[in-house]
Amino acid sequence: MNIYVLLKQTFDTEERIVIQDGEVSDDGVKYVINPYDEYAVEEALRQKEQHGGNITVLSIGPERTAEALRTALAMGADDAVLITDERIPSDEFSVSKVLAAYLEKQSYDLILGGNFSVDSGGGQVAVRVARLLGIPHTSSITKLEINGTQAAAQRDAEGDTESLIVTLPAVFTAQQGLNEPRYPSLPGIMKAKKKPFQTLTLDDVGISEADLAARTKRVSLTLPPARKAGQILKGDLPQQAAELVQLLRTEAKLI
Amino acid sequence: MSHTYVVVAEVRAGALRQVTLEALQAVSLIKEVGDTVAAVILGSQITQLAGELAGYVNDGKVYAVDHPDLENYNAEVYFRTLTSVLDPLQPHAVVFGHTAAGRDLAPMIAAHLGAGQISDVTAIENSGADTLFTRPIYAGKAFEQKQFADGPQVITIRPNNIPAAEQTGSPAEIVDREYTPAADLRSVIKDVVRKTSGKVDLTEAKFVVSGGRGVKSADGFKPLEELADVLGGAVGASRGACDAGYCDYAMQIGQTGKVVTPEIYIACGISGAIQHLAGMSQSRVIIAINKDPEAPIFKVADYGIVGDLFEVIPLLTQEFRKVLV
Repeated sequence: MNIYVLLKQTFDTEERIVIQDGEVSDDGVKYVINPYDEYAVEEALRQKEQHGGNITVLSIGPERTAEALRTALAMGADDAVLITDERIPSDEFSVSKVLAAYLEKQSYDLILGGNFSVDSGGGQVAVRVARLLGIPHTSSITKLEINGTQAAAQRDAEGDTESLIVTLPAVFTAQQGLNEPRYPSLPGIMKAKKKPFQTLTLDDVGISEADLAARTKRVSLTLPPARKAGQILKGDLPQQAAELVQLLRTEAKLI
Repeated sequence: MSHTYVVVAEVRAGALRQVTLEALQAVSLIKEVGDTVAAVILGSQITQLAGELAGYVNDGKVYAVDHPDLENYNAEVYFRTLTSVLDPLQPHAVVFGHTAAGRDLAPMIAAHLGAGQISDVTAIENSGADTLFTRPIYAGKAFEQKQFADGPQVITIRPNNIPAAEQTGSPAEIVDREYTPAADLRSVIKDVVRKTSGKVDLTEAKFVVSGGRGVKSADGFKPLEELADVLGGAVGASRGACDAGYCDYAMQIGQTGKVVTPEIYIACGISGAIQHLAGMSQSRVIIAINKDPEAPIFKVADYGIVGDLFEVIPLLTQEFRKVLV
């Protein structure tokens, strides 16, 4: 089974956001594999353990993204492809076009990605790629069992669980609860250094810049107003409870 | 040139979702005089809902596709049915709620139309000839304003942020569209387990009662559920509580998990890690209940009670019951 994992490198979720010159500052920021994509990598490994095959981790991003791909290789993926080219706009339309243009020329049975990225959070790219490739997708899965060319998946839909049967090739995006991602082992880290790692440009992928013009653009960036600590209520607990409900009625006027 | 704006309505538990009305309001903020508004509603036995929806679409059309196959959401079936309605309309913009179904369908439609998509919009502002869409990034640690370049537009609207459209004096015409079953489906829904039936959706809830590690067990969520029931709200959780196995990941609020913006957020036994704060700090009023007076959650809370949540929550439930029931 040929498995591709779409992977994005993001800020660690513990990072605070600082805006500098109208951009999010990356000064001293710790980068990780987007947490949802990490579930996708783990799922690829588990599927390969059961069914055999090859796992390629695929990403678009600046050169630092190689680090995230190396981590996925250390977890056990077989090879990595990084498409890095400043001509690729950071618009979901453009990014999905490049990924689809690359994947179109590959042979794939299963494509896995995260439900959304914890930075831009658009939740578009994997679904767009499925559409561009003309294959089905199921988003937000919490379970995946593959039997031949049939996949039984469970999908989280706002707390409801939908069970589906999907014919491969197909795209699935990972929701929390799908699995518990493993840590790279020391031998894994050593092996990762020798695994195939391709770095491609738009020219290698064979898509022209003109086909990728961004459909949306950012015009400004702001931080939300900081919240201030309010009041800690006093007195015994029954008094505090009564006072709180009273304050919600009179001060906040929400009850 | 006049444009057509289409809102894709959503049905949940036999009712129109509130976010559909918010999406209609969003369209009225974006569109210009002379533009056309339409809504599409897909489902099973939706005659009455289509009529209700028409009451919110001023002078436009409501396209209804009513078939038992559409009772449950299936990406492939909904995509085919929706495009059969959308394509002849050549929409300038298609607007969805940023819900499980909307999040799934919107990028399919965007790819199909070759459109840009701005997801999870919390505010819309017209600045001269430009329409600016505000949306959170890093789960609300920052906000960006975006605009569309040329070409079709797909927008998803975050529930609870844009006011709902009001009923119009000149309701839309209802157009019934035939459903064409697809013979070559590659994905089939076998079963849907409605764990949430009768409950308020977390992202749409006006009141959220949320538990952290301090809740200590799955049973520990019971008093939180009682409080949420009295408030007509929903129960959420921190990553700590989900990782500890006290509750389902579907309840997780934070940078991983869901972002909520209720009127009142009650954090029970949650310390307030930055990854959790990202998911709830845009709530109107935050109440923190925690044994530890040093917990970071108190730094963002409007009201804090230092105490054992298992003592405090039943007292609060009792007090709310007095004023609400």
